[in-house]
Amino acid sequence: MDGTAILPATGRPAPSRPLLSVQDLTVQFGTRAGTITAVDRVSLDVAEGETLAVLGETGSGKSALAQALMGLVPGPAGRVVSGRINYDGTDLLARPRSYTRRLCGTELAMVFQDPLSSLNPVLRVGVQIGELFRRRRGASRAEARRKAIELMERVGIPAAARRVDDYPHQFSGGMRQRVMIAMALALRPRLLIADEPTTALDVTVQAQIMQLLADLKAEHRMSLILISHDLGLVAGVADRVMLMYAGRVVETGELREVYQTLAHPYTRGLMASIPGLAGPRERLTPITGSPPDLLRLPSGCRFRPRCGFATEACRASQPDLLPVPTGPESHRAACHHAEEVVADGRSG
Amino acid sequence: MAPHPVRSAMTAYLVRRLLFAGFVLWGAVTIVFLVLRSVPSDPARLILGADATEVEISQLRSQMGLDRPLVVQYGNYLADVARLDFGDSYRYHKGAIGLVVDRFPVTFQLAAVAMVIAVVLGVSLGVVAALRVNRLADRVVSVLALLSQSMPSFWIGIVLILVFARQLHLLPSGGHGGPDHLILPGVTLALPFLAILIRLTRSGLLDVVHENYIQTARAKGLPERVVIFSHAIRNALIPVVTVAGLEFGQLLGGAVIVETVFAWPGAGRLLSDSISARDYNVVLAAILLIAAGFVAINLVVDTLYGYLDPRVRLGR
Ligand SMILES: Nc1ncnc2c1ncn2[C@@H]1O[C@H](COP(=O)(O)OP(=O)(O)OP(=O)(O)O)[C@@H](O)[C@H]1O
Ligand SMILES: [Mg+2]
Repeated sequence: MDGTAILPATGRPAPSRPLLSVQDLTVQFGTRAGTITAVDRVSLDVAEGETLAVLGETGSGKSALAQALMGLVPGPAGRVVSGRINYDGTDLLARPRSYTRRLCGTELAMVFQDPLSSLNPVLRVGVQIGELFRRRRGASRAEARRKAIELMERVGIPAAARRVDDYPHQFSGGMRQRVMIAMALALRPRLLIADEPTTALDVTVQAQIMQLLADLKAEHRMSLILISHDLGLVAGVADRVMLMYAGRVVETGELREVYQTLAHPYTRGLMASIPGLAGPRERLTPITGSPPDLLRLPSGCRFRPRCGFATEACRASQPDLLPVPTGPESHRAACHHAEEVVADGRSG
Repeated sequence: MAPHPVRSAMTAYLVRRLLFAGFVLWGAVTIVFLVLRSVPSDPARLILGADATEVEISQLRSQMGLDRPLVVQYGNYLADVARLDFGDSYRYHKGAIGLVVDRFPVTFQLAAVAMVIAVVLGVSLGVVAALRVNRLADRVVSVLALLSQSMPSFWIGIVLILVFARQLHLLPSGGHGGPDHLILPGVTLALPFLAILIRLTRSGLLDVVHENYIQTARAKGLPERVVIFSHAIRNALIPVVTVAGLEFGQLLGGAVIVETVFAWPGAGRLLSDSISARDYNVVLAAILLIAAGFVAINLVVDTLYGYLDPRVRLGR
């Protein structure tokens, strides 16, 4: 089948109880032109030690989701409107923001898309890594510096003892992302959110950073939410995937299951845009058209204007996220024609 | 061992700035020369007074080299300036440069006090306004900034004298003396500058808090206080320092007015008196010394700027 070539060879241990459980999370941004619902009633679970890949085109709400989980939605324009974020048994949205802030760094951590702009240009990298130990653990300056060097060595920065006093602009893109990763992992968080950690890097460096993340994740036994627009990139690391379109989850399930049995035309389209996957027999076509304008969403299914399967039913109502017929319960898709999409894939 | 990369980059940066400072001083010297040579009144006539004969005047003119070609005059002038020889003041019959140098510390004292008032108050009020953006404190600060910038110094000075000296008898109305003599002129001189610093700090900080690295600092779980004070402010101050340096020239210029209003015996007052008395040698010496002070301050500011922003210091 189409996706098998990039699937991991071995199975993974069964996930245990969810560390993070999100229900009906909605995030809005007020703009001059109107209110945008960047994340629309999204639910997800992440078990301890599990890797969930959040996938979607630009503007689908991946970063807004991540910001909401970290309590970092930029106000006053941005707002978490409703939903629940249960972290280790506590609903973070029912607590003051300072509660989430205290979890940040120690329990939840994040690696951002653009390492250059995400590092403070006027502070030495050693200071930026070390301040986690100083401010959160009361370490002395010397101790923090020593730990920063240790971490820099662990994430593979050569000559760490010398480079600890350098500034971000003196590093290459890949090395900067390693600094970001060192910072995120400094206090051994239980859940790491990596928001397109390799998008700003060139291809060879991308693979190194992904490998580093996978190694560290195994070493620290962390849970990982890996955000990406690249279905191929996450194939080797993720246990489960979740695809977002215009703020909504359109398909979710075990990675192997979803990649083998594509149940949503959007997922098919994204799969088709991975170079090297589309063989000669390949019948998948990349998605045409551009991402939707969140201020002027179409009636019914949001993907309808770009979908080859669209019918009247798709105009009339928005599809719910339901189990895919013939698939396991965990594989869900929000498409009126999921069955047809699956059958079409099989016959190809 | 190889030279320390950071330190040698810093040295190169300072050398660049010093060369540039020399260039700026030469420019100032030349502009002053051109301006003084193009004013219609004749220095020789001024020195000799109204009842001198034409013969006496032309004798003095050739003695002063005023009948030589402009290029030769310029060469002689540069040589004089290089030796810091500006001639005598015809009013005081003393070396012009000595007169100005004697008055300079007093001006510098006033300018420094004004600078400290402006920077300390400007940055703190700017931070307060940014942290309370669009709330009451922000509005109050904005109105203060607007007022202090839109009123002319001489008028503020007079109002302050009327209120604090004449009415309340809290502070002296002018002259040079103890620290209390510095308060009113210092505040007057600082006010327009203060307004600029408040605005810059406020808008700088408001820009910076949207930067990605501030989001990173928050994602590290740092308390908001630490996010603002150790991550945001330093970045927000980079443009503030640049502009503060440029505006310091205005401050020295403003000293001319403030010193006159408060009878402050500094170089600014000497300059304004000498202009009205057409004592050009003193005018020249005062302007050049003020320009030199300006350049020196800028050099300090540039160094500070390099310290604040490693991308500048390390020559990107
Ligand atoms: N601060 C903001 N103010 C207004 N609108 C915003 C803001 N941040 C995000 N949005 C909007 O919310 C929607 C989702 O944005 P988001 O950044 O989450 O997308 P994304 O999936 O992360 O995309 P990308 O792949 O480009 O990073 C977009 O339409 C975006 O314009
Ligand atoms: Mg994003």
